[in-house]
Amino acid sequence: MVSPCTIRADCPQTVAEKMQKTYSNPIYPYRKSADQEAQQPVHHPVIIIGAGPCGMAAALDLAKQGQASIILDDNNTVSVGSRAICFSKRTLEIMDRYGCAQPMVEKGVTWQKGKVFFKQEKVYEFDLLPESGHKLPAFINLQQYYFEEYMVNQIAKEPLIDLRWMHKLVELDSSSEDNQLKVETEEGVYALSCDYLLVADGANSKIRTELGLESKGQVFQDRFLIADVVMKADFPTERWFWFDPEFHPNQSVLLHKQADDVWRIDFQLGWDADPEEEKQEAKIRPRIEAMLGKDVEFELEWASVYTFQCRKMDDFIHNRVIFMGDAAHQVSPFGARGANGGVQSVENLSWKLARVLKGQAPATLIESYNEERQHGAAENILNSTRATDFITPKNDISRVFRDETLRLAKHYPFARSLVNSGRLSMPCDYQHSSLITKSSALNTGFDAGIAPGFVCLDAPIRINGKDSWLLEQLGNRFVLLYNGEGIDNDELKALAAISDDLVLLDSRELEDKEGMLAERYCISGGQGYLIRPDQYVAAKFKQLNREQVNNALQRALGYQSAQENP
Amino acid sequence: MSKLITENHFSDADAFYAALTDVHRELSTADSERLNARLILLLANHIGDKQVLLEALDIAAQLEQ
Repeated sequence: MVSPCTIRADCPQTVAEKMQKTYSNPIYPYRKSADQEAQQPVHHPVIIIGAGPCGMAAALDLAKQGQASIILDDNNTVSVGSRAICFSKRTLEIMDRYGCAQPMVEKGVTWQKGKVFFKQEKVYEFDLLPESGHKLPAFINLQQYYFEEYMVNQIAKEPLIDLRWMHKLVELDSSSEDNQLKVETEEGVYALSCDYLLVADGANSKIRTELGLESKGQVFQDRFLIADVVMKADFPTERWFWFDPEFHPNQSVLLHKQADDVWRIDFQLGWDADPEEEKQEAKIRPRIEAMLGKDVEFELEWASVYTFQCRKMDDFIHNRVIFMGDAAHQVSPFGARGANGGVQSVENLSWKLARVLKGQAPATLIESYNEERQHGAAENILNSTRATDFITPKNDISRVFRDETLRLAKHYPFARSLVNSGRLSMPCDYQHSSLITKSSALNTGFDAGIAPGFVCLDAPIRINGKDSWLLEQLGNRFVLLYNGEGIDNDELKALAAISDDLVLLDSRELEDKEGMLAERYCISGGQGYLIRPDQYVAAKFKQLNREQVNNALQRALGYQSAQENP
Repeated sequence: MSKLITENHFSDADAFYAALTDVHRELSTADSERLNARLILLLANHIGDKQVLLEALDIAAQLEQ
């Protein structure tokens, strides 16, 4: 039912079958599971379909929350081709919580500068100037196969994750309380059941189709060629974007560096291009030569022609089947919001699912995944649609506005804010979510710092005599980050007794190495933040007391009436 | 609550109108379109306020009026 092509994030329309020279896909062997010998279908709390970035992130996140899971993948390797290449700080922070950010950052190309060209002229340069005092960089470029490989390596260290390569879901009955699955292997078909089935089988999700569900939105009438090229060129490590360059008139081109001296070049081709023809090396080479010059030596590493859509499902949850990643919501590549948005959705779901399965939260908490991430997906789709409309003007007057914006941008800084070659992925906020205790009497007078519903910012600290980072202290459980000055011991004991899932962290125990903790959080004596397992602020308090913290915790766990009826 | 000024706000309305038509006088329709686009972008940034801009777009789009 799930073909090899659709199991991961998207399905390259055509791939020039060039052998990659810088990377060999690892082959993960099929292994027989004891489940295949069982007389009755073995039941598992969570089964995940698809070992792409989102499926693997779900398993890693659940493991961090103490929840075991099974991943089924019908293939035996990581991504074929570089595909998603740009990973944001928030994604890396999530990976760091899973324990696999370090190899990604080491292998990846950290970048912060870019140039925008119009015709043969440079229009302007930009520098993302990342703030200091964050453990992880603003963005790295890394081929998706490396990103996935490091996740597979981390999964191997997690006893709570059972990753089964070459186990293919062929039948699903989601109508009863338990999902009933039939799984095909080289040794035959076996049955499984699960409480929750997490589906990350890609943009063309077969499971979504089989269940008669739709992902709705806009198909863009355009084709793009991705070419990965190996060259030792002197281009700086920058994002270069051309609008209507002389070497590729009336279209756009993006050049970006990846690991191993591999350069990603994206050529916009237009709707009339023939994908079969465009994937031929004989067709691709002249395009690249026109761009780089005849004397630059390069080797073509991988190529693909693709179209894209901006679309999402109306509801990511269907009975006890939960859709994630591109299967749930899909965007254009401009802005790097596909894989990054997908991982952020997974992080949102995992802590909730783990608590529901442990009986620490009502089953309805899972619905807030749909609430919060519909909002995230809509924001990502809005941003990527706007970028697409700027890159590909929809009519003559749109093109006039686009071109004049670019001309003005060369001389007048204001116009640079209108130039849109992709608004790079940022974590969305959940300030309007029903789980968040909004500004109220609890926190009036504590407006500085991070507002409820926003993600925590990192800060360099020392704790117990060791250099560390604030985000390393947060996540996987609720944390009350507070300043204990003036709070008496009885109150502290009462706060500590609220829940086993709540850890108290006195900011005075953190040495604020560069003053960033004070600057970013502004916690005075008696004040505090309730921080969710996904490092989002659930509530803030100008004067901590047990009842208010407990109410906010109950609300964050989906007991919605808690605040009104303590 | 409307924020767009629709009462006269020009320091010299006749002079502006003359300058506007003068600048277009020798231009082809295509170049006039370009000039208008540049003018809109420059003025829109000067105004900045989203509500004012959306009100102006709304009135401008009522072509039958």
